[in-house]
Amino acid sequence: MKTVQFREALREAMSEEMRSDERVFLMGEEVAEYNGAYKVSQGMLDEFGPKRIIDTPIAELGFAGIGVGAAMNGLRPIVEFMTWNFAILAADQIINSAAKMLQMSGGQYGCPIVFRGGNGTAGQLAATHSQSFEAFYAHVPGLKVITPSNPYDAKGLLKAAIRDEDPVVFLESEKMYGDKGEIPENEYIVPIGIADIKRSGSDVTIVSFGKIIKEAYKAAEELSKDGIECEIIDLRTIRPIDYNTVVESVKKTNRCVVLEESWPIASISSEIAYHVQRYAFDHLDAPVQRITQSDTPFAFSPPLIEEASPNAARLIQAVKEVAYA
Amino acid sequence: MATKTVSKPAKKKTTVKKSNGVAKPEFSKEQYLKWYEDMLVMRKIEEKAGQLYIQQKFGGFCHLYIGQEAVVAGTMSACEPGDKHITAYRDHAHPIGLGIHPKYMMAELYGKTTGMSKGKGGSMHMFHKDVNLMGGHGIVGAQIPMGAGIAFAEKYNETGNVCFCSFGDGAARQGALHETFNMAMMWSLPVVFIIENNNYAMGTSIARTTNVEDLADIGKSYHMKSETVDGMSVEAVHHAIADAAEYCRKGKGPVLLNIETYRYKGHSMSDPQKYRTKEEVEQYKAVDPIQQVLNTIKENKFATDAAVKKIQDKAKGIVEESVKFAEESPLPNREELYEDVYKQEDYPFVREYK
Repeated sequence: MKTVQFREALREAMSEEMRSDERVFLMGEEVAEYNGAYKVSQGMLDEFGPKRIIDTPIAELGFAGIGVGAAMNGLRPIVEFMTWNFAILAADQIINSAAKMLQMSGGQYGCPIVFRGGNGTAGQLAATHSQSFEAFYAHVPGLKVITPSNPYDAKGLLKAAIRDEDPVVFLESEKMYGDKGEIPENEYIVPIGIADIKRSGSDVTIVSFGKIIKEAYKAAEELSKDGIECEIIDLRTIRPIDYNTVVESVKKTNRCVVLEESWPIASISSEIAYHVQRYAFDHLDAPVQRITQSDTPFAFSPPLIEEASPNAARLIQAVKEVAYA
Repeated sequence: MATKTVSKPAKKKTTVKKSNGVAKPEFSKEQYLKWYEDMLVMRKIEEKAGQLYIQQKFGGFCHLYIGQEAVVAGTMSACEPGDKHITAYRDHAHPIGLGIHPKYMMAELYGKTTGMSKGKGGSMHMFHKDVNLMGGHGIVGAQIPMGAGIAFAEKYNETGNVCFCSFGDGAARQGALHETFNMAMMWSLPVVFIIENNNYAMGTSIARTTNVEDLADIGKSYHMKSETVDGMSVEAVHHAIADAAEYCRKGKGPVLLNIETYRYKGHSMSDPQKYRTKEEVEQYKAVDPIQQVLNTIKENKFATDAAVKKIQDKAKGIVEESVKFAEESPLPNREELYEDVYKQEDYPFVREYK
């Protein structure tokens, strides 16, 4: 094993896949000569050259569409968005083109493409730069959606995404790029669509994903001191969701809290809560609870951020409520 | 301010050769006969499609290409087999021009499994991988960056192939076009952008959407090789496409062709066409592209009247065969809804009912 930063894990995934498959290339704003806005692609221009590491103008819709066309025509594009907030400008190509190409063409043209970049809040960046898009894209049939929470999963899942025949939305975080974690020296893959139990416990199931899951780790440590053992499920893939792992865990713990970075309405937490009540109803000893971001745009000033953000303290309270502790 | 003024007529097209005094034909007899047959089949199958639509034989949208046939016919006669094609939702003629029997297009209109996209795309989404027809796209202008991306892959793989990317004058207003033109020029992509310029974005004329009425100027603003072409003349289209493709194959970059054409029918089947005069429509019918080709055939005695009649009968037969094929083909099994959404064969769809 070796210790790497999250950004290095992503870079290794892309570089390994580019070494083994000539069809794979990376395009996006500042990915080449600037070495990546967040240094994810640092050094890749030197290794692969300008044919395969391509700086684009600031034109998300245009270069996303160029990626889609290239994918339809046999290449394996990785399209980097500086953040997913800016990819809203490219949503037509992701949702109307990439996600639907295979069906609209009656199976003749697929779209093996990875759209990736930073997602969610990243400090005092105010309303337009602080959004999480798991639920947005998970809503769309035809896409796969991945949101890793540590370097190990990030590398293995990104490699799987690049090899996948279907279009993948890959959600990272500017706040996670510096996170360190252990990964194997040798090549490995983490399959898409399988959740991971990050902590075993018998009392309450916490379902989460992405960078906010760290708040669950903190909460679980605190709760353990009070004798409440949490099982933490990292969804890792948001479409398709590994419902089975969640339902089986709830059948064991009889309690469920969902922790999510985004807004409450039509969210992944509401989706999980639906499935738990539908498929583990008789096992529940308490209503499913959730901790999400406030039902407001994300504001600039620190106390407003404090008020908006899900955190360990709120999660602890929710867990205690479902545990009647 | 409310106004009842009819939009100003489209710009007058390039004057066609008058039939008194036989002009020397530019192409072979076989080419003219093929153009005539292909364009006649496009025209007749769409006239039939329009009737069937009114009879509610099938639903959805139905955007007809009638009047614009020379644009497809001239493009397809000038392209090479490895070239790629992508277009908008007015896409019934493109597969025919590429040699696909129209029965597969008709079956798609009917939503049948034998349709070009297995009945999953309908009128707006005609695809055929055998002839590199990469859609049929329903969002106005979305195929512009996709077309550049298709060309990107050809350049990446150093194939020498060209992508022909067609769209209407309405799509020229989309931001996607400007982003794409910029990048296509930066990267010298082998793509020919074809504006099938029929002067109306639904019911809104070019003059009502822009100060830049010569659409070739859009390309020029990106230093793109751009020209305006008489789209009622299949010869003019063929020449322009052949020149543009050669330019692309030499690695010189994209080309914009503003091909001025005209649709005789409304934007879709529900269009009352109050935005133009009958006189304007007649003005274009007088330079009908199919009639122009027929005139050349007759003036040069490329075919006897009997031989021309034979082509017309053949076209009629193809139309009848296509309708029969479409009507007799099976509708999809409901379970097919879950196929062709993902390449992954065991994708776990959320299914609350079966």
